[in-house]
Amino acid sequence: MASEVLMPALSPTSEGKIARWMKNEGESARAGNALADAEAQEALASPAERPQAGESRMMTVREALRDAMAEEMRRDPTVFLLGEEVGEYQGAYKVSQGLLQEFGEGRVVDTPITEQGFAGLGVGAAFAGLKPIVEFMTFNFAMQAIDQIVNSAAKTHYMSGGRMRCPIVFRGPNGIAARVAAQHSQCYASWYAHCPGLAVLAPYTGADHKGLLKSAIRDPNPVIFLEHELVYGESFSVPLDPEFLVPIGKARIAREGKDVTIAAFSRMVKLAVEAAEDLEKAGISAEIIDLRSLRPLDLETISASVKKTSRLLSVEEGWPFAGIGAEIAASVMEACFDWLDAPVKRVCGKDIPLPYAANLERLAVPQVEDIVKAAREVAYR
Amino acid sequence: MSLSPQGRSAASPATNLPPETQREMLRQMLTIRLFEERASADYRAGKIYGVVHCYIGEEGVAVGVCSALGPQDRIISTHRGHGHCIAKGADLPRMMAELYGRQTGYCKGKGGSMHIADFSIGMLGANGIVAGGIPIVTGAGLAAQMEGKGGVAVSFFGDGASNAGPFHECLNIAASWKLPMVYVCENNLYAAQTAAAATHALPDVAARAAGYGIPGEVVDGNDIFAVHQAAHRAVDRARSGGGPSLIECKTYRWRAHTERKGQPDYREQAEIEAWKGRDPIARLERQLREESALDDAELQSMERQITAAIEAAVAFAEASPFPLPEQATDDVFAA
Repeated sequence: MASEVLMPALSPTSEGKIARWMKNEGESARAGNALADAEAQEALASPAERPQAGESRMMTVREALRDAMAEEMRRDPTVFLLGEEVGEYQGAYKVSQGLLQEFGEGRVVDTPITEQGFAGLGVGAAFAGLKPIVEFMTFNFAMQAIDQIVNSAAKTHYMSGGRMRCPIVFRGPNGIAARVAAQHSQCYASWYAHCPGLAVLAPYTGADHKGLLKSAIRDPNPVIFLEHELVYGESFSVPLDPEFLVPIGKARIAREGKDVTIAAFSRMVKLAVEAAEDLEKAGISAEIIDLRSLRPLDLETISASVKKTSRLLSVEEGWPFAGIGAEIAASVMEACFDWLDAPVKRVCGKDIPLPYAANLERLAVPQVEDIVKAAREVAYR
Repeated sequence: MSLSPQGRSAASPATNLPPETQREMLRQMLTIRLFEERASADYRAGKIYGVVHCYIGEEGVAVGVCSALGPQDRIISTHRGHGHCIAKGADLPRMMAELYGRQTGYCKGKGGSMHIADFSIGMLGANGIVAGGIPIVTGAGLAAQMEGKGGVAVSFFGDGASNAGPFHECLNIAASWKLPMVYVCENNLYAAQTAAAATHALPDVAARAAGYGIPGEVVDGNDIFAVHQAAHRAVDRARSGGGPSLIECKTYRWRAHTERKGQPDYREQAEIEAWKGRDPIARLERQLREESALDDAELQSMERQITAAIEAAVAFAEASPFPLPEQATDDVFAA
């Protein structure tokens, strides 16, 4: 009787490919025999050669992040990377490929599995004048470290009357992953955005990942940099100029429109753009705002768009209660109530721990059709 | 002083520190005590707004350890932080002004007693979270190792923190990476109101060092020379690349966990009195007198100078303005 042999997980939730079959059809095989060679991700290009100003290259978000760190580490010897499996293993999601080889173990530091410990170490190194980039394998595990992030990193500048700085970046994948259930799939955007003293960034495009991470590393304050596991492999045209920066606190109009504004961040921008194409077919012109920066929030750009469309839909993977959408709705009500022609609407992750079963998982996470439906409701069409 | 098989040090031998250094140690311990006696009185009088955790009785630890450090070395403190600040050289008027919640305080009146920090003297801050400072100062140790200039970082923490995760996470990391660290456990026998005897699997925190393959030593925290010598050895070891050490100073706080009115102490009066009989300040005074390195006139003069400095600090604090309402939103972010 034939039975299926499943592909093993090569890194958490990652896709891989069959490099080589080691047994042919019909050939006998015993328990323990190798059937195939599988490899995790495509080999990535070596660190970029020094580019010309204005030049761009198609690359994955994973590569854009790596290039951002490498460029900043070349530029500033006090920048270093700290985290679990960032060195030898090149990152749990292969974001730090090549960094250990270029910068050595003094600046690409593998830690034990001690989120509270190494996050605090990063804070102390920042107090002492260095510029650490702390990688969390995922932000789910940063729950262990939230005391250090909030009580130590975010508050110290204020508590010390402006005497102590904490220039540090906490980065890693955030939000919904696939097939890993509730403890490994959660959006922490509103948790960190709640706290004064932190900047919270959640870009979508490759250029924004690169330019914002570079700005975050140069920033004198602690920055939470939320990446997305399901976006790492997407390719974009990314500027190669080592001085290419994207300012913190500025949203991006991802698509112009006139009937309804859709504010989204991280992976939800992609879904919102797809939804906008569907809406276009129904005669509704949607303007997509890629927030990029959640704190500070670019209320100016959101308000300008709302003043044009008079209708607003917020889209996020996180839970609805006290979420980013709740904050946007309240802020827009305060800023431009008189321009609104409909109540602000939210598309959020369902208000439940993320279920495991594939059908339930899909239901719990915002989908393109949810965005289309909500946009039509807010547009009254 | 060598470690006995039980990991317990013998009493400190006569020190070879010059008399003026010994008198400076006495002066610093007395400064801590008189500063806190005044802070406690002003708190009870309603002049100091916020929480005050007194270090009185434990002065030998802060001064004994910090006297083994150089200006480039960094320390982190706890919620009971005045002693460490003073021993590392903090400015009394700015400390008192902070307790008074004034603009001129170390933190512009926004931190209070539990958040006094002065980077210019290597004081990375008191910390209101038990065990919260241990990872931070271990990061300062990592920075010192990266800088390669021989700096050492010292973590002060209590017996309560030694049961929390960060203590274990950081001792393991520091030992694995040979960080230039000294971990100083001030075991005053109580974590807030809870007796260490009821919550520690082993009587000595220092014994846990064995689990990380680093030296662990119990010293009498009320014997300033024993503390100083143990710290000196650990600092030398850290500075020369030998990695971290754990020093457990057995000591006692004379006052309650925190200053407050009308709350009975949960501890036996006899226990408190017994520890007062082991006062680190009286002990050093006695030793200095026995060596003819201190007489009544010198002691009185020292006390007068300290009292005058504290009076000046209080006067500075009282004359300083409160923060302005519009300053409430300053300094959330660095420019």
